[in-house]
Amino acid sequence: MANRFLENTDTPTWCPGCGNFSIRKALAEALEEVGANPEEILLISGIGQAAKMPHYINANGFNGLHGRALPVAVGSRSVNPGLTCIVESGDGDTYGEGGNHFLHNIRRNLNIAHFVHNNQVYGLTKGQASPTSDLGMKTGVQTAGVTSVPFNPLSVALSVGAGFVARGFTGDGDHLVTLLVDAIRYPGYALVDILQPCVTFNRINTNSWYRDRVTKIPRDHDTTDRDAALRLSHMWGDEIPIGVFYRVERDTFEDSLADRRKDPSGLEQFNPEQMEYLQDAFRV
Amino acid sequence: MDIHVIVGGAAGQGMDTLAGTLGKLLAHFGFGVLSARDYMSRIRGGHNFSILRAADTTPWAFENRCDLLVCLDETTYLEHIPKLTEDGVFIFDPESFAPPGDRRGVEVPMKDLATEAGGRIMANTVALGACLAVLDLPTTRAEEMLLEAFAHKEGVGEQNIGALRAGYDAVDGPALPVNMPEEGRAGGSRIFLEGNEVLGMSAAASGCRFFCAYPMTPATGIMTYLAGIEDSGVVVEQAEDEIAAINAILGASYTGARSMTATSGGGFSLMAEGISLAGMTETPAVIVLAQRPGPATGFPTRTDQGDLSFALNVGHGEFPRPVLSATHHEDAFYRLNKAFDLADRFQTPVIFLSDQNFADTARTVDEYDFSRLSCDQHLADPAEVELPYRRYALTPDGISPRALPGQLDSQVVLADSDEHDERGFIVEDAATREAMMRKRMGKTSAIAEEMDEPLYHGPEEPEVLLVGWGSTYGALREARAVLEESGTNAGHLHFADIWPLRTDQLGELLAAAEVSYCVEANYTGQFADLVRRETGWEFDHRVLRFDGRPFTPSDIIGEVSGDGK
Repeated sequence: MANRFLENTDTPTWCPGCGNFSIRKALAEALEEVGANPEEILLISGIGQAAKMPHYINANGFNGLHGRALPVAVGSRSVNPGLTCIVESGDGDTYGEGGNHFLHNIRRNLNIAHFVHNNQVYGLTKGQASPTSDLGMKTGVQTAGVTSVPFNPLSVALSVGAGFVARGFTGDGDHLVTLLVDAIRYPGYALVDILQPCVTFNRINTNSWYRDRVTKIPRDHDTTDRDAALRLSHMWGDEIPIGVFYRVERDTFEDSLADRRKDPSGLEQFNPEQMEYLQDAFRV
Repeated sequence: MDIHVIVGGAAGQGMDTLAGTLGKLLAHFGFGVLSARDYMSRIRGGHNFSILRAADTTPWAFENRCDLLVCLDETTYLEHIPKLTEDGVFIFDPESFAPPGDRRGVEVPMKDLATEAGGRIMANTVALGACLAVLDLPTTRAEEMLLEAFAHKEGVGEQNIGALRAGYDAVDGPALPVNMPEEGRAGGSRIFLEGNEVLGMSAAASGCRFFCAYPMTPATGIMTYLAGIEDSGVVVEQAEDEIAAINAILGASYTGARSMTATSGGGFSLMAEGISLAGMTETPAVIVLAQRPGPATGFPTRTDQGDLSFALNVGHGEFPRPVLSATHHEDAFYRLNKAFDLADRFQTPVIFLSDQNFADTARTVDEYDFSRLSCDQHLADPAEVELPYRRYALTPDGISPRALPGQLDSQVVLADSDEHDERGFIVEDAATREAMMRKRMGKTSAIAEEMDEPLYHGPEEPEVLLVGWGSTYGALREARAVLEESGTNAGHLHFADIWPLRTDQLGELLAAAEVSYCVEANYTGQFADLVRRETGWEFDHRVLRFDGRPFTPSDIIGEVSGDGK
């Protein structure tokens, strides 16, 4: 059966061989598996190659500003939690320009799935270092090589309290679909950092570079043990773990607003005269 | 009756509470009351004061004078004694300082009496009692209010009543008796509230469902108000920064909720890109900009109108940016609702200019007519919308039928910050770009039709024309009245809706007037510049104040009289 999420979309403009194609396919499959309809899904993105995803997936979409996808999700989740919300963007967008929002929305625990396409380089601006670029990587700007220590999204997410933390790899599509489905179904903020080669600008972290290193997290890893998850998250080099690092549920942002929220579908039932009582506090 | 009362002390001494209670009491007795806070950007210490003016008719502005001065510390005495009137009274605590012999002084051992009543913290309640005695007003209503205020703290209300009576009894007799207004006007249908509360209440009553902001003086009061009202349906979220705040309200608005944020100049600067995003994605949003003096951190707790030009041009690229302003407490309630309506009708960000002078000033007003508020979101009619749904469908008036995600069966809604086609898909071609620019910018002329003519007080053909916008309304209104009384044929034209600019009435009056003044709280005369840019007209004089303090009527009268008129 044709995948409904790949119909009626724009045509992707990514480079041939880009890891984004694998993520698009995995996302479409995950959405079918979750069983939602396109009009029930909301995809929010920032700017970058990854952030073009709302144009290539048949769902509601808000393609906003560079780094600002998560705040858009805050507003959307505050008023209409009925939509299943997925935030999708790249490593520069999420961990660089949007770093502050990344920290604070993990703390909020929005019920969203956050898929970060992490190719360790800036693609759309043609090859500068990203927050996750390895030390020493030379670029047209970092001519002597990257000197800033790479940002570790998983250990940061774990440290500030994320309840679902996972890493996927575009070279293992079936495994990635499983991770995406778990993240979408998880009630709370779910981060999936997705390792993805950039075939045009990243000559170091290539598909085979990743393939030689990624290792599935062993079955006996306890996903409720945050210290164990943190230790796993620090592994980067000859062996790079993929899979679910941590999964624990806690109260969501949406739960905390349930008492205040009204009329998610608009103001059809609203009459301003019902608010006249507000004046009572000011009567003399 | 027309008196100015100043209550001053160090931050933390409870001046606001004292002045607020006294203001509410005077309003209860039927006086019209105006009150404002003058505070420093610190949590403790410094010199802060509240000023309150009560009269038989509700005052519009403060003058630089004082009839009753309540000194909770010596700084207050030194700072304000020069403006105490000949028949005025000042209340002081001999424990704090000993003023030189002055028949106007009334000694009240506030701290001692408070301690006797149960705690020094109640010194401000003692002072309130003393004020009532000086003004010859009864304590009964004040006692009720104290019981209400401390209903949740056992015994504290009673202790405060003790403090109040002690203060009342410490005064020998009414040194400044006021005549109570006629009975019919007391209490009843009037309310007494600050500008920020006006805006918060208007937002809630306009069906605002999401408010997101980062605390910034003098806008914070709106968030505090909205967070504090129960069962209002307004979700209030404190953002990690102003960039998050503006993007969050766009997310909520896209999803279907009327949404608003509020900030001051620094935060507004951070919001610039997000406001541009609202323009491109055609997402309704209301942004309240409560101005304070810049640049940078400037005067955090003072007033200014220096962000008008910025507001008119905020955000990169070209898109319609309607700008409205808060002129006074009656109007602003309905004006902010209009901002929501414009945002929804024209699918655009609307900027609402306030300032510290408006935000922190309380005024008695007649209760509002909530039935006048518009709560139509102007959404697409599902029965009529053309399928497949195109969020940015090209239409003759540039307004595309707006549907919410999930509103239409089997249809999706795509909003895009890139230039896009009718579906919302990214495009690069020149023809679509041109069509979309025309579509968005084409809304401007229809928005212009919705702008109100400025408010005018005065004769059809004034000799002197005073022009202003925003919160200078009160000072200008009083100034004009005084000029008229003294035989000057003066008119006052005041803009609440600022952009797109209406010029018909301005043109007629400028042609009739012999001399014109544009009055603004900024250095360059930004509104006068706007008028010149749009019409080529130049005011004869720009009356500018940029010291962070609000205009008084005398400031304006002085400028006009000094010109030989």
